[in-house]
Amino acid sequence: MINAWWIIGGVLFVLLNTAAGLIWLERRMLALWQDRYGPNRAGPFGLFIVLADTLKLFFKEDWIPPFADKVVFVFAPAVVVASVLMSFVIVPFAPGIVVADLNIGILFFLAMSSLGVYSIVLGGWASNNKYALLGAMRGASQMISYEVFMGLALMGVVVLSGSFNLQQIVESQRTVWFVIPQLLGFLIFMVAGVAETHRLPFDIPEAESELVAGFHSEYSGMKFGMFFIGEYLGVTLISAMVVTLYFGGWLGPSFLPPVVWFAIKTFAFISLFILLRASMPRPRYDQLMEYGWKVLFPLSLLNLLVTAAIKLWLVTK
Amino acid sequence: MPESIVAELSSRFGDDSITPLTTRDETPTLRTPQEKIVAILQYLKHEIKMPFRMLYDLTAIDERAYKKEQNGHKPYDFTLVYTLFSFDRNQFLRLKVGLHGEFPSQDTITHLWPAANWYEREVFDMFGIRFNGHPHLQRILMPRTWQGHPLRKEHPARATEMGPFKLFDEKVDREQHALQFSPEEWGLKRHSDDADFMFLNIGPQHPGTHGVLRIILQLDGENIIDAVPDIGFHHRGAEKMGERQSWHTYIPYTDRIDYLGGVNNNLAYLLAVEKLAGIEVPLRAQVIRIMLCELFRIASHLVWYGTFAQDLGQLSPVFYMFTDRERVFEIIEAICGGRMHPNWFRIGGVAQDLPKGWDTLVKNFVEYFPRKLREYDKMVMKNYLFKVRTKGIGIYTLEEAIEWGVTGPGLRACGLEWDLRKKRPYGGYENFAFEIPVAHNGDCYDRAVVRVEEMRQSLRIVQQCLEYMPAGDFKSHHPLATPPVKQHTMHDIETLIHHFLNVSWGPVIPPGEAMVCTEATKGWNSYYLISDGNTASYRTRIRTPSFPHMQMIPLISKGYTVADLLSILGGMDYVLADIDR
Repeated sequence: MINAWWIIGGVLFVLLNTAAGLIWLERRMLALWQDRYGPNRAGPFGLFIVLADTLKLFFKEDWIPPFADKVVFVFAPAVVVASVLMSFVIVPFAPGIVVADLNIGILFFLAMSSLGVYSIVLGGWASNNKYALLGAMRGASQMISYEVFMGLALMGVVVLSGSFNLQQIVESQRTVWFVIPQLLGFLIFMVAGVAETHRLPFDIPEAESELVAGFHSEYSGMKFGMFFIGEYLGVTLISAMVVTLYFGGWLGPSFLPPVVWFAIKTFAFISLFILLRASMPRPRYDQLMEYGWKVLFPLSLLNLLVTAAIKLWLVTK
Repeated sequence: MPESIVAELSSRFGDDSITPLTTRDETPTLRTPQEKIVAILQYLKHEIKMPFRMLYDLTAIDERAYKKEQNGHKPYDFTLVYTLFSFDRNQFLRLKVGLHGEFPSQDTITHLWPAANWYEREVFDMFGIRFNGHPHLQRILMPRTWQGHPLRKEHPARATEMGPFKLFDEKVDREQHALQFSPEEWGLKRHSDDADFMFLNIGPQHPGTHGVLRIILQLDGENIIDAVPDIGFHHRGAEKMGERQSWHTYIPYTDRIDYLGGVNNNLAYLLAVEKLAGIEVPLRAQVIRIMLCELFRIASHLVWYGTFAQDLGQLSPVFYMFTDRERVFEIIEAICGGRMHPNWFRIGGVAQDLPKGWDTLVKNFVEYFPRKLREYDKMVMKNYLFKVRTKGIGIYTLEEAIEWGVTGPGLRACGLEWDLRKKRPYGGYENFAFEIPVAHNGDCYDRAVVRVEEMRQSLRIVQQCLEYMPAGDFKSHHPLATPPVKQHTMHDIETLIHHFLNVSWGPVIPPGEAMVCTEATKGWNSYYLISDGNTASYRTRIRTPSFPHMQMIPLISKGYTVADLLSILGGMDYVLADIDR
């Protein structure tokens, strides 16, 4: 099983570097869209800011507030990184380049991404800080409402491809990418994905102008860094999932290797995430929940129903 | 009109109860006996035809050091000054009540005007005058542990007069103890029948409060049960400084009151000084002043616009708007040399004539800016999420607005077309054509609509200044204009003497009192100045718009959520220095 270890190592290496690189990318792109320079001093194009940021985080005092619940406080940031990394296990980067080719891939992804919310709730609770608590509450309510139709939206893809296995889902997109028959499903999944990663416009658990730093107000040093990395890993994960499920994964004209196609597509969605952050205000959390339950939830049900009906009709014909 | 009020009040309350006083401004000023004032105020607010619905200001004067007899009245130890405004009459009315004794007391008027609450607390804090029946008579601007009452004449104005500062252990303990939060002290309950409340302390250090403001929230979940603003962290004693600085050297302090409004503050102060001194400002100086004021209005509104969007989570507009504000500052810098605090208006005019090439700068901006405003409309005002977050949030009605002393865009957002620049023109605004933008719902979104439209109107005024800038002097030749125009000093001994005195001692402003109310960037701003014929003012009262606006926070945020509070704060457009002075 040498091969599997190589894949695991490679995936970990690429992912952690991507997450770190996203710090730079996000700051530069935000700066581009906001008419300013962004980090441009350290190294070529300011790339070493990643190094500087990481070093700074590592060398900061590892401080735990005396009023915090120590064990949970330390445990919480690890949960987010671990759960997101676990989700990557089922992502097929190219034919054969996948850590675990599970036949319940999508279910595994949903299970793991749901675990991520524990880091917010536990972190906010253990901080013993009111802002953090409010952030955790918001995070929990946001997740409950979005997990449901995120799963429902995905079922349309499952119905079309007839499989939970992500490799097979990609393979079944050879004729047409699922974004076309599943446009509604894609849009719903995208909204849910942004909410899942709690990025602007759905960064309600953090909501800087209201809750200071929300659930991670009390965190500093590398524990804060874990939340930070977890967020960027989450962005990468949702982008990778969107690409796999709706945009044909690694499929593409043969002048580029499949893994490059996958990377290009994923990068495009990461940029979309950053653009969203640069352009949208944030709704109130009850408005977000209302929107989720009253609009997106029925829509995703409808989407699943129609997809299933058409599929049934095609099969029986 | 004033005679009719005097006659009406005299016939109702007796001849001896109303004494008209003469002042240098046009505001009718009446002295009334202490025991009748509450009844008179009640009558003026509720019973008189065309009532005085707004309590514009309430302050006090420490008369004990007033040397010269004014108006031939026997001196009092303290005087309370109530300033009312009637929208029906378009008139201010000033009522003075003389008080005797070292620490006098007076009946509260909080039952007449809820807005009197903070004003009375401020008078208590600053003068030690107690108000009987006040619901929460606590210090408001000074720390709770402060000794003395700063605006009393015996209170030192400088730290050097107070002896060396020592921090003993027991003092540390006392201060620490005073910082302990206890909800009961603020009149908040810890729990209701079915819920335990959470108290969330927002600020003084918080990214959403735009300065050192503290708001104590009583929360049930995320719902605001009550909110108590705690102000005073930005208090620098600007009114006290006015009693030490010469009339001329006080100008830079005014810059820092509404620190986004720049020269708008200079104008409010100087109009009052010029009224006291009887100076006519030359036309060119007036137009220069107005141009600068409107440029600052645009700059101030741009800061509000960007930060408001940022409060709602929109990260980018603030960068674009600060870039545009920078363009405004380029013009201001070219003309004044300064940026945020240009300190550029002078008694009798402005510091210097306009520099060469100012017109090109202004012209470029006037051509450039409307396009950007349209862009921002699309980006912010028409944004769906922005509307969802601001429409129907923080509503107050026109009656409430007047009751609580809301002025400026916040008042116009309730549907009242009232802009002092139009209704009571000052400093030459009567020569300009512009509209008064109004909106009708009185929510955060409408306040934003009014401000955005105001920028367009300000731009119109700037354009008119550009087109019709008159030739002439930039400063009056009046002997009290400071520093005096120098060109005659070497030819004329009178002017040389004035120049020497005005520069060394500062101008001696004739005794009297005056107030000119201006439409500043946030609302009505005025300096009520009392001169005893000296080189410094006897009493400088700065009435700022943000103070009553902030007082209204509990009223308009109850029942909303924490997120909405940030919309309300952002939509209000306050500046902490404008609240605390």
